[in-house]
Amino acid sequence: MELFLMQLFNGISVSSILLLAALGLAITFGLMGVINMAHGEFIMIGAYTAYVVQNFFKKYLPASVFDSYCIVAILLSFLVAGFCGLILEKLIIRKLYGRAADSLLVTWGISLILQQGARSIFGSPNVGVEAPSFLENSLKISGMLALPYKRLFILLIAVICLLGVYALMFKTRQGRNIRAVMQNRNMAASLGVNTSRVDASTFAIGSGLAGLAGCALTWIGAIGPTLGTNYIVDTFMTVVVGGAGSIIGSVFGAGFIGVGETAFEFMTTASMGKVLIFVCVIILLQFRPKGIFAVHTRSLED
Amino acid sequence: MKKMNRVASAVMAVAMAFSLAGCSGGAMSEVSGSSASAETESKTSESGSEQASTPESSGDTIKVGILHSLSGTMAISETSVKDAELLAIKEINEAGGVLGKQLEPVVEDGASDNATFKEKAEKLLLNDKVATVFGCWTSASRKAVLPTFESNNGLLWYPVQYEGMESSPNIFYVGAAPNQQIVPAIEYMSENYGKKVFLLGSDYVFPRTANEIVKKQAEALGMEVVGEEYTPMGHTDYTTIISKIQQAQPDFIFNTLNGDSNVAFFKQYKDAGLTPDQIQTLSVSIAEEEVAGIGASYLEGHLTAWNYYETTDTPENEKFVEAYKAEYGEDRVTDDPIEAGYDAVYLWAKAVEKAGSIDVDKVKEAAGGIEFSAPEGTITIDGDNQHMYKPVRIGKINADGLIDEVWSTDEAVKPDPYLSTYEWASGLSTQ
Repeated sequence: MELFLMQLFNGISVSSILLLAALGLAITFGLMGVINMAHGEFIMIGAYTAYVVQNFFKKYLPASVFDSYCIVAILLSFLVAGFCGLILEKLIIRKLYGRAADSLLVTWGISLILQQGARSIFGSPNVGVEAPSFLENSLKISGMLALPYKRLFILLIAVICLLGVYALMFKTRQGRNIRAVMQNRNMAASLGVNTSRVDASTFAIGSGLAGLAGCALTWIGAIGPTLGTNYIVDTFMTVVVGGAGSIIGSVFGAGFIGVGETAFEFMTTASMGKVLIFVCVIILLQFRPKGIFAVHTRSLED
Repeated sequence: MKKMNRVASAVMAVAMAFSLAGCSGGAMSEVSGSSASAETESKTSESGSEQASTPESSGDTIKVGILHSLSGTMAISETSVKDAELLAIKEINEAGGVLGKQLEPVVEDGASDNATFKEKAEKLLLNDKVATVFGCWTSASRKAVLPTFESNNGLLWYPVQYEGMESSPNIFYVGAAPNQQIVPAIEYMSENYGKKVFLLGSDYVFPRTANEIVKKQAEALGMEVVGEEYTPMGHTDYTTIISKIQQAQPDFIFNTLNGDSNVAFFKQYKDAGLTPDQIQTLSVSIAEEEVAGIGASYLEGHLTAWNYYETTDTPENEKFVEAYKAEYGEDRVTDDPIEAGYDAVYLWAKAVEKAGSIDVDKVKEAAGGIEFSAPEGTITIDGDNQHMYKPVRIGKINADGLIDEVWSTDEAVKPDPYLSTYEWASGLSTQ
């Protein structure tokens, strides 16, 4: 029983990490239709931002305030990655709307450039980020059932981000503009929406969310130039399974893959678990080619 | 939306291909190699890979090849080995060179990709006509270049511990054979920590072969293997594995994870509230350089098995560490493969001096019995299998990220790549 609960928590935790990493992609890929292979590299940018912030706190500020670096790191990683996303959109992505295959190739190239850039700046070895002390240890419920604070914290961040994105999309003017542009660009433009500004800000928000995910990932995983490549496959899978274009779909996609993968891994092995979850995804997509939550549009584009 | 959907499935297909091949890291990053190799080439521009067709010992120089991954996933580890080899070459040159000639390194980037390794090996042997090559890290890359070295009668000095069961006439193995690392480590653990072992490794050649050996040995020592898990390269979530470990309650974990996976594993191990006092781990792929990337706070108290540590107390090591840090920066650390790369250059130079020629056959013949006072202690080339006599050390990782020796063999251990002197190992080499 204990073990079951522990595994259930692990599954939820993996899902929350996936969701956090995929939320940005749900916006850039799901809503905007840009196949952004560099999404993983925005995660990496966020992770390195956290590393730099941590070093700054270590070096210039008293040890007593060190723990508060995580708040600064979370904010800055969002802003830095968002800013990088903004530049990328202005320079390159804006020329690629509606050209999915091209955007795939171009963003893949960008991801390689960013990886090599990180390697040149920070060196190829992994770097270490210390988690703030209040995230050490775990919430002990019983002998084996211990919920690490880091994972609970990441879960919390994922939920906050999700609510934030939801609020942005459905409760603000900006969100309404974004949805309008994504549904029918020409119509939105003719109604006076500045589409290129909406594009840029949406892409920046998506990239910023990736950066935020990167910051959270520093506490549980490796931080190196190729960090993003470890997550890119799973994040795309999350968005595709959930249904491109649907934020709530990404939640289900993340849950499906996270819980499914941990369960399969527990019953078999890590490699086999991965294979089985892929098989499930393939079968699922046979029956629901647009993902669990398909977005119905009246668009005539195809 | 239909178009969108088609593209989405294309992305999925690509993604799955990467992931299932277990090489999402490598595949993504291998292409990124070009700029790194360009950098290296410009650094060694005088070594001139452009003037490729000049014969090997023309004029006053002897060309030697260096073939490591300077980009891609393995660059983390291999770049430093390359640095150590260049340091040794520099030292030898300053001391007057080999046979009165200066050594001229030709550095090539294997880009963490086995096909590239093979291609670059061919280039070094056929175009550059190098006298010898120092290189490779993963067993897969070594196996990829092996036929090239054998068919062209080249010479490769391989600096990393490996799983054994191989002895090519064209390769000198400067790292540990299994009986110089894995076998004594398991003996040590079973005596000091207990009989129940959990095997955890990355899913590729080395961990699987190493664990075959461990399983045979465990049987012979009356130990019990309570779990065996392999994770794909680049695996990031170890919570499930840790649950399995907690359920199995081993006395210690034998860890052959490689690369980034170690970071995720040890961070999450600590988060789960596990300490080395509760369940000790012994790693064979974590050296000082990896410790820095994982974070010493996560690894403090865990054990490793190697032949050399930066803290190894020999006068040669003091000199080596000082020279390495002076050349590449105070914040750099030395470790076992780095030291082995450094030794390899000296061993080859000694063999050439003894042979009086850079001819591969003559060097090989002269190599047997050559001794070198290495930083790890005196190592000797075993002429029969071209491995080294090496001392074995178990170390405990400390809070500063260095490794303190807790146990070592009294003298250098004779290499036995096929474990032919161990009765329990019979039947392994035929696999």
